[in-house]
Amino acid sequence: MILRSVLYASLVVLFALHNDLWLWHDASNWLGLPAGFAYHVLYCLAVSGLMFLLVRYAWPSLLDEN
Amino acid sequence: MTLFVIAIYFALVLLVSVLSHRLFRGTGEDYFVASRTIGPFLLLMSLFGTHMTAFSLLGASAESYHIGIGVFGLMASSSAIVAPAVFFFIGIKFWSAGKRNGFLTQVQFFRSRWESDLVGLLLFVILVAFLIPYLLIGVMGGGVTLHQISGGSIPEWLGSLFVCAIILFYVSYGGLRGTVWANTFQTLVFITLGALTFVIILRSLGGLTQALEQVRESHAFLLVRGEHIQPLTHLSYAFIGLSAGMFPHISMHWLTARSALTFRAPIVLYPLCIAVVWIPSVLLGVVGRISFPDLHGPEANSILVRMIEVHAPEVLAGLLAAGVLAAVMSSLDSQVLAVGTMFTQDIVRHYGFHDRMTERQQILYGRIFIAAIIGVAFLLSLVSNRSIFKLGIWSFTGFAALFPIAAAACYWKRSTAAGVIASIATVAVLWLGFFLHGWQTPGYTVANTGLMPVAIILPASAVALVIGSWLSRPPSTAALTRFFPDS
Repeated sequence: MILRSVLYASLVVLFALHNDLWLWHDASNWLGLPAGFAYHVLYCLAVSGLMFLLVRYAWPSLLDEN
Repeated sequence: MTLFVIAIYFALVLLVSVLSHRLFRGTGEDYFVASRTIGPFLLLMSLFGTHMTAFSLLGASAESYHIGIGVFGLMASSSAIVAPAVFFFIGIKFWSAGKRNGFLTQVQFFRSRWESDLVGLLLFVILVAFLIPYLLIGVMGGGVTLHQISGGSIPEWLGSLFVCAIILFYVSYGGLRGTVWANTFQTLVFITLGALTFVIILRSLGGLTQALEQVRESHAFLLVRGEHIQPLTHLSYAFIGLSAGMFPHISMHWLTARSALTFRAPIVLYPLCIAVVWIPSVLLGVVGRISFPDLHGPEANSILVRMIEVHAPEVLAGLLAAGVLAAVMSSLDSQVLAVGTMFTQDIVRHYGFHDRMTERQQILYGRIFIAAIIGVAFLLSLVSNRSIFKLGIWSFTGFAALFPIAAAACYWKRSTAAGVIASIATVAVLWLGFFLHGWQTPGYTVANTGLMPVAIILPASAVALVIGSWLSRPPSTAALTRFFPDS
């Protein structure tokens, strides 16, 4: 139950982190890409990782699986 | 050469559909939800193909040409978190209730959840109303694509007619299973060809680093969000992704899942699929400034095609056109089938036959409505002008604003039919108000604040739902037991 809550909270935090205001005017490069672009590519990877944890550890337990 | 590649693509789509028909069981449930037998890979591909439209390829590159790399955060990574979250929190519950109660449509789910024919009817009307412009965009997009890639030798109306005819064949013949198989093939086509185009063009430009360096020297503003994308726009765009929770064509695909576990792979892999498709689209739009620095307004819609003409062999033009058509058709087919299913199940079967139709009647009516809807969409496309393309974001806004209804259906036992009706009325009124005020203004935001209308309509819809529910009698225990078996 605690893990489930932590994962749900992580989802909210990750949603908030979508708004990367600190990179708004950043013209530097990360991994050969503009910082504001690279951030959102990495963001997609992070979302996929969190989704993996959600389906692994916070799967709705009372669903009809048959 | 280009048209030859397109012809091969169409032939393969039809072949895939014909092959899928060998599994047809002759029942209504098989025709409309593939007997709920679809596995994880097909579910991922069909959901993704249905959700991603031609905009992901052509529109995204055009938008990036104008405003730069910020388009990825605005439209791609926002969907990357919102869409799979919607699948996780809404999709699985919707599937579970659908399987337990034998639902074939979204409207059946909501009507039964709140035991109200009026809720079902109002939702039917508003969902179809929001879907029609979206459907028209697909029909017209198919025509425009074939017109462009044929160098103008195929008129737009003929291109639209051709796309409609192909879709009519495989959707009416194969039902949802045929559509899922065709979607899977189409999704693989546009993912693969998008990546291939990206690699070939970048190689021609001397590699990604060199291309971005050239952009930095001449159009540095494209590599930051800066002043041309407002943070409030970026924030409120994320709410548009909630539309996935109310799209009839997405919920139709949810119902096809073999089990709840089938959703796991689509939920985890969806953000990666979005990245794979949008990274090339956005970057090619940005580096397109190197070869074509002075395109204005809608001229940039063809930036991808222009880049291919200059930097890639002719065969690639045909392959890319096939990719774009794949993206158009993989959404259009599911939308047509969803509307056809809703007319058959929610209107004819429910009101005309009092929910008693034979399997054969259901399939027959389904096919008649699919043909009628494609026919009407095609005819409307002949009299609609290009400004219909502006309606896309408004259509998404409407669906997203209805999202509180899906959330309440799955999680709020105290919600009532009166609350839902209040929510629908609020969305209809506010949406119409904003639409009349802003649809002619490109990039319209509320009072020029950067805030998208969805950020106002969505919370208003939720508040109306809550107030309407609290002011009305609680739902019956019988209804709650059907939807919350654990309670």
